[in-house]
Amino acid sequence: MFAAFLAALGRPVIGACRSAGNLGLFALEAISHILRPPFYGRQLMRHFIEVAYFSLPVVALTALFTGMVLALQSYTGFARFNAQSAVANVVILSVTRELGPVLAGLMVAGRIGASMAAELGTMRVTDQIDALTTLSTNPMKYLVAPRVLAATLAMPLLVLVADVLGAMGGFLIGTIKLGFVPASYLKTTWDVLETEDVVSGLVKAAVFGFIIALMGCYSGYRSKGGAQGVGLATTSAVVMASILILALDYVVTEAFFAQ
Amino acid sequence: MSETQSSATQSAAPKPARATKLGVKLIGVRKSFGSKTVLDGVNLDVAPNTSMVVLGGSGSGKSVMLKCILGLIEPDEGVIEIGGQDVLKMRPRDRAALMDRMGMLFQNGALFDSLPVWENVCFKLLAQKRITRRAARDKAAEVLAQVGLAASVGDLSPAELSGGMQKRVALARAVAAEPEIVFFDEPTTGLDPIMGAVIDGLIVDCVHQLGATAISITHDMISARRIGQQAAMIHKGRIIWTGDAATLGETGNAMVDQFAHGEREGPITMELRR
Repeated sequence: MFAAFLAALGRPVIGACRSAGNLGLFALEAISHILRPPFYGRQLMRHFIEVAYFSLPVVALTALFTGMVLALQSYTGFARFNAQSAVANVVILSVTRELGPVLAGLMVAGRIGASMAAELGTMRVTDQIDALTTLSTNPMKYLVAPRVLAATLAMPLLVLVADVLGAMGGFLIGTIKLGFVPASYLKTTWDVLETEDVVSGLVKAAVFGFIIALMGCYSGYRSKGGAQGVGLATTSAVVMASILILALDYVVTEAFFAQ
Repeated sequence: MSETQSSATQSAAPKPARATKLGVKLIGVRKSFGSKTVLDGVNLDVAPNTSMVVLGGSGSGKSVMLKCILGLIEPDEGVIEIGGQDVLKMRPRDRAALMDRMGMLFQNGALFDSLPVWENVCFKLLAQKRITRRAARDKAAEVLAQVGLAASVGDLSPAELSGGMQKRVALARAVAAEPEIVFFDEPTTGLDPIMGAVIDGLIVDCVHQLGATAISITHDMISARRIGQQAAMIHKGRIIWTGDAATLGETGNAMVDQFAHGEREGPITMELRR
């Protein structure tokens, strides 16, 4: 009875450890293929454009409206303590340190992570990945390495754009609706912003890009069965990437800003 | 191409420019997935320059055997020799070099959706940097012509092709790098009888021109007789018969003859649930 209880308790734990181990090995293999030739520049460029260029509209809109909402909410909140002048500070620090990378990460996870998982999952169930092996091509090197590297390089660029547009959203609401003097708002924003704020956001972005592509590739690469398997892989890629983004956000924040 | 025409091509065609010395030998190959044994000590000897057809029902282990030879699945036990070398004991680099000398036609074609047909056909040559992209277009047109497709097909994407055309493109891709051993996984499955005959004829011609060793797996008896010189039958993970493909249906082995004639009654019974 007790043994059965322990077994029931231990099975999911062992399963989780096995999954984490497999994911870790997959990540290490992906990194080793990124660093060793041959390099597939054409594939890298294709995925870089897919992540950086085609994700730009969704990330830009998200950042712009986030900055606008943030300015409005912080103004109404701070008005209770006569601290409305801190709106510009709150907007720029929140956007560069947290909201830019995290929201861009979540949006890209939904868009790119799902797409990678679906594409690789379909390739797996239609034997295209096995076909690559028979055509003298390592699937990890050809499919996974360029995707992971492209997302890792593209995410900081997306977040840089998100930072600018988020700050612009706050600026627009602050000056047009809340009555701040434009020059004063910009000066406050510039004065409060430090290099570390932007750098920490960009480091987060690179980490999130790596995680999004890794989870998309891992889920797709290991998918089984037919359409249902591909669907499960896609869901798993987005859910796991989103959770890891939020968890790693804390880890990187702790590394940069812990006293 | 009819069955008669195909056989005629096989016998009357001029000798190939080269003849491979690579044969394939499996000794006691076993593979299980969990508690289910799929290959239960497979022994098979395919001589160089021979076209061997492996027959077997669904779930008999044909595809797993092929994947073991190709290195896509590692067997649990046994020896797989290609050209006299035990591939399971080779260094990965040497094994990869040996695999470069093989080609494979997958059951559903397995063409890469993201690439145009010409790039699919010359994928291996481009991957091995044996050819420039410009030359690859010309080479693809040449190989597509061999399988009866116009050069303009090269610019289409695989999704724009019919099932028969996809199979021809997949065949073109399998032979474009001039492999010494070619594997065919259910080459006529899903095709109408005429297109099946066309594909069989193309397979016979391509294998002959390459001077290659061929291993095909199928449960299509007509196709097996067309493309095979030798035949083997796998049942419940074991090779139960090998012999001349021309004798299929009259082998004297009750299981093989039942399978060849597609008879419901006989020693092979359908297990609806394992």
